[in-house]
Amino acid sequence: MVYIAWVFLYPVKKTRSLFLVLSFLLGISIDFFSDSGGVNAFAITFIAYFRLPILMAVLRKSDLDYTQFNLKMLSVNRIVLFISILTIIHHFIVFSLEYFSFREFLNIITNTVLTSIFTILISFLGITLFTKKNR
Amino acid sequence: MRQIIYFIKKFRYFLLFIVLETLAFIVIVHDYSFQQSKFVNSANSITGGVYNKVNAISAFFYLKKDNQLLSEENVRLKNLLEEKENKFVLDSFTVIDSSQYFQKYNYSVAKIINNNFTKRNNFLTINKGARHGLAPDLGVINSKGIIGVIKNVSSNYATVLSLLNTNSKINVRLKNSNHFGTLVWDGKDYNISQIIDIPRQALVKEGDTIITGGKSAIFPEGISVGVVKDFKYEHNKYQIINILLFNDMSAISEVQIVKNLHKDEQITLEQRVVNE
Repeated sequence: MVYIAWVFLYPVKKTRSLFLVLSFLLGISIDFFSDSGGVNAFAITFIAYFRLPILMAVLRKSDLDYTQFNLKMLSVNRIVLFISILTIIHHFIVFSLEYFSFREFLNIITNTVLTSIFTILISFLGITLFTKKNR
Repeated sequence: MRQIIYFIKKFRYFLLFIVLETLAFIVIVHDYSFQQSKFVNSANSITGGVYNKVNAISAFFYLKKDNQLLSEENVRLKNLLEEKENKFVLDSFTVIDSSQYFQKYNYSVAKIINNNFTKRNNFLTINKGARHGLAPDLGVINSKGIIGVIKNVSSNYATVLSLLNTNSKINVRLKNSNHFGTLVWDGKDYNISQIIDIPRQALVKEGDTIITGGKSAIFPEGISVGVVKDFKYEHNKYQIINILLFNDMSAISEVQIVKNLHKDEQITLEQRVVNE
């Protein structure tokens, strides 16, 4: 489920509607291939909507210079925190919709934690290795 | 009116979010009701086509194993044939009356082009569809045992509700007695399934073979499923019976589709009993 790196890497712009629609389309195309109904579409749209508020909270700022912003400019632990919050929310939604019962709560939590660790690791490595540094 | 337009303008981002989430939720809810033809699945031509291409390459690497499986099945079938010939010799007055001959099951081959086994609700995609005579609710087996039931068909592809799906329920029985139960999966280990609803007087031992029960009008009777791994007998009933599947669900490619030619007849007859 590393495809959510899309949400981390899409440039922060004023026009957010396009980003939301594209995220939804990405999610639904994942669903097409993995036969999971609309679970991924739901989850990725959710984190796409809450990406900016979470980014603000991580940076402890109330305003952002959109044109200048780049994920690589942040310090390492801020990037990890940002990625982790979004990943855990996304995975939690996916697994709870997939299991769809409170009786399986423990299973949902263990699955979320274990899958999140690997997703965070891989997407962090991907971001640090394969994005251009602009300095 | 202006107020409404202002409202929509102000909250358009949030409204878009709500609309998209509702759309996704509708798809999820549709997906949960079995039998309904669902919209988002891998049986359409685009996803099916992509899976087909990918599979054409990866299939090459499994040729050796597939050949081995085929020869194993050949040996088994040859042995069956040999038994039959011996029988004919023993009672040599057997008359084969072709007017009483009837065919109950029809088999056709297909290939798995997409396989899931790590998720909670797993589906397979196969490279045959409505054009090849497939329809929903046909059984899918391979030489080692059962695999699942067809859920959706498009013209060239079909999705299969795997054994490894929490919605899958298949009638099975013990090989050495006629006590039957239902095969389900708890979503944990892809090698281990569970049986529920086995009556308490049934004698279950570790290592007992489980076969299909033939009450379901989907699978023929006697297709192997697995062996009993362990079980828990408490409060005068079987709590858990774990089954070690014969099939390694992570490595299957060639499958056979079973079509029950008497299915409609059986179902209408049973329906009539219920309605009376």
